[in-house]
Parts: sequence; C-alpha cells; structure tokens
Amino acid sequence: MRFRHLNELAKLCADEGLTIGELMLAEQAAESGHPPAWEFAKMADYYAVMKDAVKRGLTEDTTSRSGITGLDAQRVAAYNGAGTSNLGIAGDAMAYALAVSEVNASMGRIIATPTAGSCGIIPGVFVSCQERFGLSDEHMTYGLFAAGAIGYVIANNSFVSGAEGGCQAEVGSAIGMAAGALAELRGGSPAQAVHAVGLALKNTLGLICDPVGGLVEVPCIVRNGFGAVTALAAADMALAGVRSVIPSDEVIQVMLEVGSAMPDKHRETAGGGLAQTPTGKAILEDLRSKRAKRGKE
Amino acid sequence: MRFKDVFSIIGPAMVGPSSSHTAGAARIGRAARQLLGDGEAANPVEALITFYGSFAATYAGHGTDVAIVGGILDFATDDPRIPDALNLAEQAGMSVTFREGKGLYPHPNTARVRLKTSSGQTLEAVGISIGGGNIEIVEINGFRAKMTGVYKALAIFHADTPGVIAEITGRLREEHSNIGYMSVDRKSRSGDALTVIELDTDITEELLTKLAACPSVQSVRVVDLTDS
Repeated sequence: MRFRHLNELAKLCADEGLTIGELMLAEQAAESGHPPAWEFAKMADYYAVMKDAVKRGLTEDTTSRSGITGLDAQRVAAYNGAGTSNLGIAGDAMAYALAVSEVNASMGRIIATPTAGSCGIIPGVFVSCQERFGLSDEHMTYGLFAAGAIGYVIANNSFVSGAEGGCQAEVGSAIGMAAGALAELRGGSPAQAVHAVGLALKNTLGLICDPVGGLVEVPCIVRNGFGAVTALAAADMALAGVRSVIPSDEVIQVMLEVGSAMPDKHRETAGGGLAQTPTGKAILEDLRSKRAKRGKE
Repeated sequence: MRFKDVFSIIGPAMVGPSSSHTAGAARIGRAARQLLGDGEAANPVEALITFYGSFAATYAGHGTDVAIVGGILDFATDDPRIPDALNLAEQAGMSVTFREGKGLYPHPNTARVRLKTSSGQTLEAVGISIGGGNIEIVEINGFRAKMTGVYKALAIFHADTPGVIAEITGRLREEHSNIGYMSVDRKSRSGDALTVIELDTDITEELLTKLAACPSVQSVRVVDLTDS
C-alpha cells in the first residue's frame, strides 16, 4: 500500500483522479498479485453475504446461544413500519445493523468489518442506503474498498480490537469506516470522506469494551444499531461541508492514546463496566450454572 | 504494518460471534488438520484440545469449542456446519476431549490441538488468535514455527543435514515460487528438523513431488487457509 495515513490517501486520490474505493482496489491487486477483477469479485461476494445477513436477521429466529439477546432487529423493523419512528427512514440503517449483529450472536454467517463485534454497522449503512438511493451492487462494492482503506489506516496506526483499545477501536472504527465510505458513495470528494471519518471517530473516543458475560451481545448489538445512525450523521455533516477541525489522522492518534491508557477491566475482559453491574454479574452467574449443568449431562 | 491488505479489515467471512474466539479458533483447528496430512487416511479419530487464557475462560459462550472442531473437520471460517460441528465429529468417528490448560502460554487466546489418525499417526500444534480472525501457528510437533494462514504454506519435516535448506529452496526456485516468510527449527544437532515456508504462489503437484524426492526430506504438508 502506498499510503499510511488518511491525508496521504486523500492526496493520492486527488493526484490520480481516483475515488478512495478505486485506489484501494488497485492497491489491493498490487499487494496480492491477483488481477483487480479477482479482488473485486471477492469483495462483491462479501457484500452478498452482508445482504443475506440483513435479510436473515429480519426474518429468522436470532435468539443467541446464551438466550440473552435476539429478535430486537425485528422489533425495531416492525416499529419503523408503523411510520412513527423518530429517525424516519434512517431507522432502517439501525434495524439492519441490529439484524446483522444478532445473526452474528446466533452463530450465523457474517463478514467481520473490522471485527465480528462490530459487523452490523457497515451492512446496516450500506444496505439501507443502497435501497433508499437506488445504488448498484458495483457501486456498493467500491464503497467496501473505500471502507477497507479507511480501516487499514486506523488498524495500522491505532487498533481495531476491543481487547487492545476498547469498543472505540471496534464499533468506533466501523462507524468511521462506514461514514467515510458513505460520504464517497453519495458523491463526496476523498477529502470530504476523510473529514467524515474524523467527525465520526471523535464521537466514540473513550468508549470502553465491557461485554456482559464476556459475550458479543450486550451492549455490542445495540451499539451496532446506534453506530449505523452515527455514521449516517457524520457522512451528512461532511457532505454539508462540516470539517473535522482536528485532522482525522490526529483523531486516530487520540484513539491510540486513549485506548492505551484504558485499564484492562475495560478492554474485553468483562472485568468492569456493564459486565460488572449487579445485573451483569447475575447474568454471568446464571450462564455459568447453566453451563455447569450442561457439562454434567 | 500489522494489517497488510483490505481483506484483513473487511473479512473474514465467518460464522459468529467472535472474530478472535470463533473464526480464529476455526483457523487454528483447520491448520492442525491440514498439518496431519491430506486425504481420508489422515482423518483424525481422536482430538484433544487444550484451551488457555481467555479461550479457557470463555470458550463455551463464544462457540470456540464448535469452531475449533469445525476447523479440525476442515471447515472454512464461514462454513454453516460449524455450530453443529460436535455432532458432525461424532458422526465422522472422531472423539473430542476439551481441557483447560494451566501454566505458561504465549498469548491470551491460545489453543493446543493434538490429533491422531486410525493408523496412530499424531500431530500436535499450538495456535494463537491475535484478533480479527488472524492467527499464528507457533508450534508444530514440538518445533517452534511461524505460520499465519494468510499465505499458502509448506511444513517440511526433514533431517538436520548440511545443505538441506539449499536443496529445498532450490526446488522452490525451479518452480518460480517466492518465499514470503520462512522459519527453521530442530530438535537436536543432526536430529529432526522442521522448515515452515509461506509462499506467494500456488503450491503445485510438481513442487510437492520434487520436495518429497529430496533425500533428507521426511514428509511435506500443505496448509491452505486462504479461501476464507
């Protein structure tokens, strides 16, 4: 890859007259040695998996193995269908993101974007916007390359796993990736897309990873729903001309600083936060006793 | 750069719920299965799986158990049969035992997999799951190793004799195969050794035949986790 930072990425795109998605496809083909068409087909397959996960989450039983989550996407979709949603049509992005995260929690097939814990945000944003604005699968696939380029910069300069950097690194990164990609998909320049990333990341700095019972369920699933809505908002701000006053690359450094300073108990160990509330602890105890019973059978 | 390409960010395609505890575990199991050998005769009849650290603490909730067994059945990370892998293993005649390991381990997410075929051939591999579904195999049959599964890889068991590496790399050169990463370890001076090579290119039958014909080479295994 010829870029390490988002400002370099935006400059390369501007110099070469390419979108972020187009540039990333070329860079990926150069890295792998495969023809661009091969890489594009693989990404298109991944998009088909995302769409399928949205559909399954909205129609199938997504009760998780632990039994503590499931079917919230269908509740939200039904509520949205009644036409009184505060979010209006943007509520679809939230429902779809919940759907994919619930498919993940119930051991269904998803694409890690960048991780399984944050796998709902990009499909939620992409699939709902594709339907709403009548965009082609090809256009959306380029969007995934754009999201990947943004994630590549975040991952190599900061982190994308909750164990390393808290939830800001997983859900936060996914929101930044979705926001930047959506800005580009809606006709924004590479520079606007990069502003969208910084605007979005600033809103999740400091978010801890505190999964109840150590499972990728509470609060991960609802954070994917919220994340999709935040990504729409960040893309809109950037498309309206709002700039990230602190450049996006500097915001990524802040994520690194904040995540590195986060105590272990707030980095995917279930040792603090929501996981250690009275109810969080009761759920963990309940899961343990159920498991012990199963083990004896 | 820790992350090298777009598909280590967008991907893998996987069965949930956790990229490290589910997809990573499946890849570790699958690498071990492929290291045992190719074809039906190499199907394991016994699997002993030892989980360490976070794997040991949370494996049931994350489906790490079914994922690693799915991998041992040679399933990719997105194979929909993964949730049912324990039953499928039983049907395939494979007994599975899980243990929680004590003592030192190289990473918070570590698994040790010991496999045995009906003819008594065994394979023991240690894998670590480093995030986002990415793994490293760090030990194979007691040899130190490094294999990521990002590239197609060869595990070449051979005698520790002068010139054996030149012989192996000579065959690779003839087949225009470029080495991405290579690790060599031995049990003792002039004893058994293992060379693990990650390649940028496809591993052809001709290459495998040539490597197997090298006098010091005992056996060659191919690990290919690049399809998901």
